[in-house]
Amino acid sequence: MVSFDLSEEQMMIRETVGVFARDEVRPAARIADESGAIPPALIAKSWELGLVRGAIPEQFGGYGDARSAVTGAIVAEELAFGDLSIAIHMLAPRLAAYPLIEFGTDEQRARLLKNFARDEFTAGSAALMEPRFDFDAADLATRAERAGAGYVLNGTKCYVPLGAESEWILVYAACGSEAGGAGVGGFIVPRGAPGLVVAEREQNMGLKGLATYEVTLENCRLGAEARIGGEGGLNFTRIVAQTRVAAAAMATGVARAAYEYARAYAKERKAFGVPIATKQAIAFMLAEMAIEVDAMRLLTWEAAAWLDKGEDALKESYQARNYAAQAALVVTDNAVQTLGGHGYIREHPVELFLRNARGFAVLEGLATV
Amino acid sequence: MIDFEFEPQVASQLKMYHAVAKQMMRPISREYDEREHEKPWQFYEAMWAAGRTLGPGTEPAKSTDAAKAATGTAKLRNLYTCLSTEELCWGDAGLFLSIPNPGLGGAAVAAAGTAEQKERFLKRFREGKPKWGAMAITEPGCGSDSAAVTTTATRDGDHWVINGTKIFCTAGQMSAEQSEGFVVVWATVDRSAGRAGIKPFVVEHHTPGMTVARVEQKLGIRASDTAMLIFDNCRVPADCLLGSAEVKPTGGFKDVMATFDATRPIVAAMAIGVGRAALDFVRDFLRDHQVPIRYGISPRRLTAVERDFMEMEVQLKAARLLTWRAAWMLDVGLRNSLEASMAKAKAGKAVTLITQKAVEILGPLGYSRKLLVEKWMRDAKINDIFEGTQQINLMIIARRIFDYSSKELN
Repeated sequence: MVSFDLSEEQMMIRETVGVFARDEVRPAARIADESGAIPPALIAKSWELGLVRGAIPEQFGGYGDARSAVTGAIVAEELAFGDLSIAIHMLAPRLAAYPLIEFGTDEQRARLLKNFARDEFTAGSAALMEPRFDFDAADLATRAERAGAGYVLNGTKCYVPLGAESEWILVYAACGSEAGGAGVGGFIVPRGAPGLVVAEREQNMGLKGLATYEVTLENCRLGAEARIGGEGGLNFTRIVAQTRVAAAAMATGVARAAYEYARAYAKERKAFGVPIATKQAIAFMLAEMAIEVDAMRLLTWEAAAWLDKGEDALKESYQARNYAAQAALVVTDNAVQTLGGHGYIREHPVELFLRNARGFAVLEGLATV
Repeated sequence: MIDFEFEPQVASQLKMYHAVAKQMMRPISREYDEREHEKPWQFYEAMWAAGRTLGPGTEPAKSTDAAKAATGTAKLRNLYTCLSTEELCWGDAGLFLSIPNPGLGGAAVAAAGTAEQKERFLKRFREGKPKWGAMAITEPGCGSDSAAVTTTATRDGDHWVINGTKIFCTAGQMSAEQSEGFVVVWATVDRSAGRAGIKPFVVEHHTPGMTVARVEQKLGIRASDTAMLIFDNCRVPADCLLGSAEVKPTGGFKDVMATFDATRPIVAAMAIGVGRAALDFVRDFLRDHQVPIRYGISPRRLTAVERDFMEMEVQLKAARLLTWRAAWMLDVGLRNSLEASMAKAKAGKAVTLITQKAVEILGPLGYSRKLLVEKWMRDAKINDIFEGTQQINLMIIARRIFDYSSKELN
């Protein structure tokens, strides 16, 4: 039955993460953007919220919370409302842990999941994107060829978050002849594996607080145990849909951050003796921003709800992500516009929101739900 | 729990509405667009017999229905009205608007009438021949600023005497002259009191002094009559005033504004029905002409047509989700003025653009009256105008998000 009600648990999570994002993440956003570093104490605090550890089964030291894409989307939106770089950093371990939980063999789960059930933040990452203008998750250039009992990986990945900090990276590569998502496998590539090169940290327009890396695999040899799910592999299409829902949720968070900042500014700032919010040119722009933020969220939730029902939600998540990427850009741009010249100055966060928002149209696979 | 799945019985009911749209509305869609002001009586009789008294403002649930909703007797009524409205407007929005039902007049009775008045005025829609109800607010000199009405009602013994001119009254002709219906007329009993003095009066069909002066010729929704009504010393019994005659800041006009909370999502759903008609047509057309729509591939590899189509499709979905939310909120007893205006503003604009794009994608075929696509573009536009224009809805949203009164932001 159609419902827009969050569960009590979801409302509680939204409240907790929302307050954390507002009171602790946002104040660190500018510093992270300028310095490229996130205060370790802040990361530690996020870990205590159980954002990653929560979904790890109890037998591996986690809290065994039921995983839900809707709940994941709520968390992603709230954290990104605080700051996108910091949000992705905090949630990056999910990129490695979640596919393991869902598709790993018993042996892989037992061996690897306990890493994410420690008491302190443990970096984790996945390498999906590749450095080409028309990157397509369903058509990966990185390949995994069979070699004896194991595999040899070749290819170049980019925008690998926390790539240098992680003990191992989940690398997605095409294997076999099947086209599209069916032929893609996920491989656990440990730091120091021969043929794995993690390059210098990438320098980007936005997301400057987040450490991302280009990663090269040159005849990188792995054992059979490196492939997630063993011979059966994983449901790559579902994983891609999950990352798209996360991106859409984060775009909603960034857009909402910009919208709320601009709304407060417009009520405060006076021109011609009255708050600029009393002028239709400003008021209508903000009204449209409010509509778009809600539309983004509803599209995200719709895709997430279908994922939670076991559907692949490929189309829905693609729609949600593309819509959110576009709308986030418009909303953050309008926020800069609302502040006028002040919006262009780095004293205010709206220019940061705009730079971060631009990334959504380009980046894939940096977060999951 | 967040959920977007219909129960099987809802899904099968929607199939039934879709069949009505496809088999009863589409075949006469072009005919009654071309023959404006003629009436598809056979269709009306069939719809009346089917008891589908659906239309904008048909007995909207108010928040007082929350208790009923909790017990499940009025479960998601507003949401389901939006769903059936979308289906029927997929068939034809003009025909949908002309289906015999209490319409906005009925909504006003339901919102502002006493129990006795509701029974007296609404009973007729459950018996006899097809009937229509209409609401008359707009005047030649006031539209969006509906609090500025100049039509007067003067007490004379146990009657009210109404004088003034109303325009853009949907189903006005059907309600006033072509059936045993009624028109709810908004008139001021005390011009010095502003909006507090504006009261709704039920004027019965064929009441002396009420004349249909003109039926408009329109860009679209031509199957629906849009009337100008002149009230010239039109006498109505005192008990036709809905609610209290007392001039006070609450009640009266405020009640009619509250009906917008229920009717705006329905108008949004109408828009979505028209938009979906255009979208479905374009999808089938492209498929038949071997133009693929590839979901999932890199956005940088999409063709212009794919991009356009995907944009149309997701815009429609965004509007639909906003609409469902607004209707659902009302169903569960939440105040939804903000969300109703969001849905209306989004749907009106999105579907205007979607139908315009559909004409463009089909090239010379899209512009031709051989296909219905150009008609859908004309039909769609009204949804961005009536029940609050795009701009009025943005104004309402802006006042809410800034917490401004109408004096502070206007």
